[in-house]
Amino acid sequence: MAENVTYTLKDFKSSNEVRWCPGCGDHAVMNAIQKAMATLGKKHEDYAVVSGIGCSSRFPYYMSTFGFHTIHGRAAAIASGVKSANPNLSVWQISGDGDALAIGGNHFIHTVRRNIDLNIILFNNRIYGLTKGQYSPTSERGKVTKTSPFGTIEEPFNPGNLVLGARGTFFARSIDSNVKHSQEVCTAAAKHKGTSVVEVLQNCVIFNHGAYNDINDPKTRADRQIFLKHGEKMLFGANNEKGLVWENGDLKAVVVGENGYTIDDVLVHDAKTESMNLHHALIEMALPSLPVAFGVIRDVEAPFYDEEMEKQIAHVQETRKITCMDDLLNSGDTWEVE
Amino acid sequence: MAKEAKVVEREEVVVRFSGDSGDGMQLTGTLFSDTLALEGNDISTFPDYPSEIRAPQGTIGGVSGFQVNFGNGKVNTPGDQADVLVAMNPAAIKAHCKFVKPGGTIIYDRDSLTEKNLKKAGYQTNDPITECKLKDYNIVPVPVTELTKSALADLDLDNKSILRSKNMFALGLICWVFNRPVQHIEEFIQRKFAKKPLIVEANKKVLKAGFNYGMNVQAMTPQYMVDKAKIEKGKYRNINGNVATAWGLLAAAEKSGRPLFLGSYPITPATEVLQALSERKDLGVKSFQAEDEIAGICTSLGASFAGHLAVTSTSGPGLALKGEAIGLAVMAELPIVIVNVQRGGPSTGLPTKTEQSDLMQALYGRNGESPVVVLAASTPSDCFEYAYKAAKIALERMVPVILLTDGFLANGSEPWKIPAMADMDVITPRIAKDPETFKAYARDPELLAREWAFPGMEGFQHRIGGLEKDINGSVSHDFDNHQKMTDIREGKVAKVVDMVPDVEIYGDEDADLLVVGWGGTYGHLVTSVRQLREEGKKVALAHFNYINPLPKNTEEVFAKFKDIVVCELNMGQFTAYLRDKLPQFSYKQYNKVKGIPFDVEELKNHFVQLMED
Repeated sequence: MAENVTYTLKDFKSSNEVRWCPGCGDHAVMNAIQKAMATLGKKHEDYAVVSGIGCSSRFPYYMSTFGFHTIHGRAAAIASGVKSANPNLSVWQISGDGDALAIGGNHFIHTVRRNIDLNIILFNNRIYGLTKGQYSPTSERGKVTKTSPFGTIEEPFNPGNLVLGARGTFFARSIDSNVKHSQEVCTAAAKHKGTSVVEVLQNCVIFNHGAYNDINDPKTRADRQIFLKHGEKMLFGANNEKGLVWENGDLKAVVVGENGYTIDDVLVHDAKTESMNLHHALIEMALPSLPVAFGVIRDVEAPFYDEEMEKQIAHVQETRKITCMDDLLNSGDTWEVE
Repeated sequence: MAKEAKVVEREEVVVRFSGDSGDGMQLTGTLFSDTLALEGNDISTFPDYPSEIRAPQGTIGGVSGFQVNFGNGKVNTPGDQADVLVAMNPAAIKAHCKFVKPGGTIIYDRDSLTEKNLKKAGYQTNDPITECKLKDYNIVPVPVTELTKSALADLDLDNKSILRSKNMFALGLICWVFNRPVQHIEEFIQRKFAKKPLIVEANKKVLKAGFNYGMNVQAMTPQYMVDKAKIEKGKYRNINGNVATAWGLLAAAEKSGRPLFLGSYPITPATEVLQALSERKDLGVKSFQAEDEIAGICTSLGASFAGHLAVTSTSGPGLALKGEAIGLAVMAELPIVIVNVQRGGPSTGLPTKTEQSDLMQALYGRNGESPVVVLAASTPSDCFEYAYKAAKIALERMVPVILLTDGFLANGSEPWKIPAMADMDVITPRIAKDPETFKAYARDPELLAREWAFPGMEGFQHRIGGLEKDINGSVSHDFDNHQKMTDIREGKVAKVVDMVPDVEIYGDEDADLLVVGWGGTYGHLVTSVRQLREEGKKVALAHFNYINPLPKNTEEVFAKFKDIVVCELNMGQFTAYLRDKLPQFSYKQYNKVKGIPFDVEELKNHFVQLMED
């Protein structure tokens, strides 16, 4: 994959005027993705960005790469076709929570199940922005919106759980305001072979402003966010004084050195294990008792669809009897009319 | 018994095999048809099976039939009614005796008339022949089960396997009746069960037993002689509509140099297209069995964006689901072929039966002004030609093309003169060449088609999508631009007319009546018109394969005739379309929505009546 081409962020910006609202989290995520693309060593013309419908799905128009802005919910299916047709491409799917998980939920889970080598960036603002403020499949229970004036009466999805449920091989989480971390996570997603899902917690300044304030308040976020790295201790807090331990069949946040907990008790993150148990627990972590997990939570190796498809064709062709259409047309039972 | 067969010479004979869905009637029919074709007859087949995989055994609902018409001249239809019915159980007699010509022959398994079977088939008595009023028919009871059992007595086989061979007895018997060798069938058995020598032996034994029974009991039925057909010289094979469609697309991929990508979801009666292409990894086909119909077309559209010959295959309900994505193909101006194997509708309708009722859906079933090219194949083998043409139009004009076939064409088969790839039309995809001048929606001023550039092509980076856009591919909400782009998309499809051959008139240019049809009804229409002309009537046929755009000479052809009758297996969709496109003519119509093809007699009677009025 490394073709030793280097670019700068500017090489990925298009001349189209960016029309997201001022202050929208999408701006920052786009910067992070453009920075990631600039450093991946892939040729510019080998990038393809595919989106569905929604605010974030305007993304391809703001990129200078090949781009396809498609129809609501279908980005995963269209991106699957692009990548399966040409596995040499680096294919990025941009979808919001409605696009990927409501109307596109079926394509989402099946893409993850097939493990097609796509990078799915899921902009999760927990609201429908483009249609001006209706609840989404990730809106919390009780959320008051224009279509739920008395509060919603349904449970939201946790996108990471869907990825695990579909036996996904890569799941990461980042937040719009942390561009550096989003770039790291997107780079890891691009390097993973198979479907990479990156959930970006993204603030909608107009219709769901402050949705992530409890997680992302600069005063408290060191205690409320944990950045996981494969092979490293699960530590968080302003001075990394807190850690995660496994106790009574669940994760628990402790202060290292207090109540008998030592650094040896703190778990080491293993993103590469096939087991889903701990990954599931990490994805589920929520305030107030536990911090919210960020970083690459799961990154396991498995056969991926687009490569398997090429391998199967190559394998069949090794011993093929039919090499062209004339062979096929004349194969099997035929007869001559004199 | 007298050892002398009554030999009847015929130009065409229709045979129908009927039995329980588990009796292997489709295989029996196919093997007999293949034998006929290999022996030089022209044939037309019609599998007629229930939509349930296993309806309760022995019931009317579970009866599966396979009809074949063979002759020594051109055979265009599987025949209205059978000369010979082979019925494997009482339910088959009851369900399919109506498909036998008055006075025809009914061969049935005498041993199947058990109390249980009679009850399951809903008989009041133990005499199906009287109950079904078949006394005037040539009734031939044959102890099929018993003779199958005794043929296999010395083999170590369980009862189930023995009973499963009954169809081979019927097949052997029918081969004798029509004086056809069993050798091709034996070869097939040998190939199919190569790893099961016992099954090979059993099937061959029973096949021979059936054949020998016919020879030994010659008085039982007339032996039909049908000479070889006088057909054009060359190399032939048998092919059905679905396989021909799949192969036409493969041929287009090879000719155009664009690899074939099929995104599809299984649906009756189109599934075989997906299967036939999935088999062709040797030719590099990428087949993608998607999670649903929508993903079927969307993966395909993604592959089109990535530079492949993109195809999706479906039937009516699936076409409905694909509508939005077809609109995206219209807007993004990407080439794609959508194969719609029509079946009885609406909703789930009659999944295994044929109909032509998706025409309006194909033409108009999308939001917005979204014109597409619509083609329709008219015989099982010409599905190859029209699939090829659909791909050629899509690739050369950057448009989605809908190819309509139907259940009748899809499952029906006929001998087909094998084409040579060197003789096929050149296909030149509109791949962009100059990155300096390339603009996503710049277009040829004559053809109105844009150029195709895909990821991986250096210097051609651009964005497309479902929003209205300007020449550069930038989103545009300008109202004049929308009108202009709408006109362009409409005009681009209209311009395809220069790739459309003239519609031909079969019959007399000064005929009293012009019969008009489209798609899969060709065989029945041409046969009825031919027979009427042989009977001295002045009648002509104009049959359409190009629906949108219509052939250039359509108006000129219609103007020659005083009376026009449009015949179709729907409530008048093509008629309505013609009334819209060519309102200066008056159209009579003949419609049928029974899930079955026209029959030649009904058409002839209707045409004669029209000419007498």
